[in-house]
Amino acid sequence: SGLELDSVLPEIREQIEALFPRYPEKRGALLPAIYLVQAKKGYVDEQDARVLAELFDIKPVEVWEVLSFYNMFYTTPQGRHHVHVCTNLPCSLRGSRSLLKSLESHLGIRCGQTTSDGRITLMHEECLGSCGTAPVMRVDGEYVENLNLDEAKRVLDGLG
Amino acid sequence: MITRPQITSYLSEHYGDEAYAELSGYEARGGFEGLRKALRMEPGEIIELVKSAGLRGRGGAGFSAGLKWSFMPSGDDRPKLFVCNGDESEPGSFKDRLIMERGPHQILEGILIGAWAIGASKTYIYIRGEYVESVRRLQQAVDQLYERGYLGRSILRKKGFDHDIVVHSGAGAYICGEETGLLESLEGKKGQPRKKPPFPAQYGAFGLPTTVNNVETFSHVPFILARGVDWFRGIGTEKSPGTTLYGVSGHVERPGLFELPLGTPLREIIEHAGGVRGGRAVKGVIPGGMSMPILPPSDLDVKMADEFLSARGTHLGTGGVMVMDETTCMVRVACVISYFFRDESCGQCTQCREGTGWVNKICERIEAGRGTPADLELLDDVPSIMEGQTICAFADAAAWPIQGLMRHFRGDFETHIAEKKCPFPESFEL
Ligand SMILES: Cc1cc2nc3c(=O)[nH]c(=O)nc-3n(C[C@H](O)[C@H](O)[C@H](O)COP(=O)(O)O)c2cc1C
Ligand code: SF4
Ligand code: FES
Repeated sequence: SGLELDSVLPEIREQIEALFPRYPEKRGALLPAIYLVQAKKGYVDEQDARVLAELFDIKPVEVWEVLSFYNMFYTTPQGRHHVHVCTNLPCSLRGSRSLLKSLESHLGIRCGQTTSDGRITLMHEECLGSCGTAPVMRVDGEYVENLNLDEAKRVLDGLG
Repeated sequence: MITRPQITSYLSEHYGDEAYAELSGYEARGGFEGLRKALRMEPGEIIELVKSAGLRGRGGAGFSAGLKWSFMPSGDDRPKLFVCNGDESEPGSFKDRLIMERGPHQILEGILIGAWAIGASKTYIYIRGEYVESVRRLQQAVDQLYERGYLGRSILRKKGFDHDIVVHSGAGAYICGEETGLLESLEGKKGQPRKKPPFPAQYGAFGLPTTVNNVETFSHVPFILARGVDWFRGIGTEKSPGTTLYGVSGHVERPGLFELPLGTPLREIIEHAGGVRGGRAVKGVIPGGMSMPILPPSDLDVKMADEFLSARGTHLGTGGVMVMDETTCMVRVACVISYFFRDESCGQCTQCREGTGWVNKICERIEAGRGTPADLELLDDVPSIMEGQTICAFADAAAWPIQGLMRHFRGDFETHIAEKKCPFPESFEL
């Protein structure tokens, strides 16, 4: 898997290095760099962390600590689509937790799991900053607002 | 997708207008008049002006913006930085997202005015990772400013006024909204808050003098410059001038954003949102985002400005108003809140790490009908141990809402324990 990164590295390396001057110290570009790797291969594993560490002149464990601190970084392969249902208070008050349970049974998985065909990873998420249009879910980065169960199922079924 | 608040005032007047997010459209509607005025003033005069306008930070703590700007060291050769806090992850808050998507140039103009005032050479706009649309809009707006000479060297041909802006994405961690957690994150590290002192004005991002302000705080600045202190002070209350974007969520007929003066009575804000759904009665209202203690129905006439809310044991916070109707089980509310704080604690301080875990465990036990009277005592004690003793205010933010629930809805907890089950079958599902 590290080889995958190595093979895309020439291209990514240039993109990453182009970010360095934006920060007084190049380490500032670490989060953006992780996003770039993740955009290419969907997650960042130990081998990738070693390559990034070398590029940033830090220890692999320092990259790893960052990877595990942030919710939006993934260290294992993910489903082709990410579905995150908000379960914070304003969304819960408007039924998001019952909705999430129905989606679990619709997909036949529990929250945190990926469907066996690798199509969807289902997660819950804290407030998405869209409480005025609750309940809300995030599908591959796009917000789907004012959800009801039928609409949510329709969106999920439409994911290839 | 919401494109404008249900009630608008100066800040959001043009948010329904797609062109306003573009530089040309923004200029056509009076944009950058404030900056032009500022560039005819001395930096120190601008700081004094913003101070006398009484602009208070809109990121939660309500600190005077002008006063904060005056803390930046003078006669220091190090480059000075601004940070615009667009992390907005306080549950119940969704105003900054709207400002970033619909009024990006307001924020940038406010930043430039402030940059001239404090002598900052660079601004990092830190936006929570989930807000991809906000990132896209702000990056586009920044690019437009570079093209038109509002950023870079000698801005608007003003010699010696150079400024750069970098848009930076967070990656999903509530604690990165706390200003020193944010600075650590910006440096490419875990977002663990720093011990203070030193304060950011002395030792901020990358060790440089730094001022952190919220997205909305910056957005008010151009209007203050363009229209004047008297105009600004004519809106809101004496101690809290101006408007804010109240975000109303939960059990109301028409949730959404409402731009109204600071000091608007809570009841009126809820009425603007169509009142409680289905004509039900209110059980409780969290007035300022999830960290702020809940209010009982008897407090609905309180004016929504910090000086009045603090007299009722709570705060304005971010102005995120969460309304709960009579069906609501307050122990379930405590479960949701305490889970969030347990999950988001950065773990550096024992009181916070252990306390948030304990509180959540106790709340869930009570909700499941396995609570004991001793658990109630724990819910009295643990939050008070967490409060005021940690590296950052997150532990306070975790303790306050539980203390509020215990103060006003102790009965809900007691009934769960006495009946050994949840007595609110109609409540929202956990
Ligand atoms: C746990 C915690 C989370 C915070 N989250 C945010 C946030 O998401 N956005 C924000 O602007 N301020 C947040 N703050 C407040 C910031 O630390 C800081 O006070 C603020 O950005 C300063 O801007 P202002 O003075 O313009 O309000 C948070 C504070 C704490 C303690
Ligand atoms: S109070 Fe909590 S969130 Fe803040 S530094 Fe301590 S452990 Fe981290
Ligand atoms: S609680 Fe779901 S978007 Fe805020």
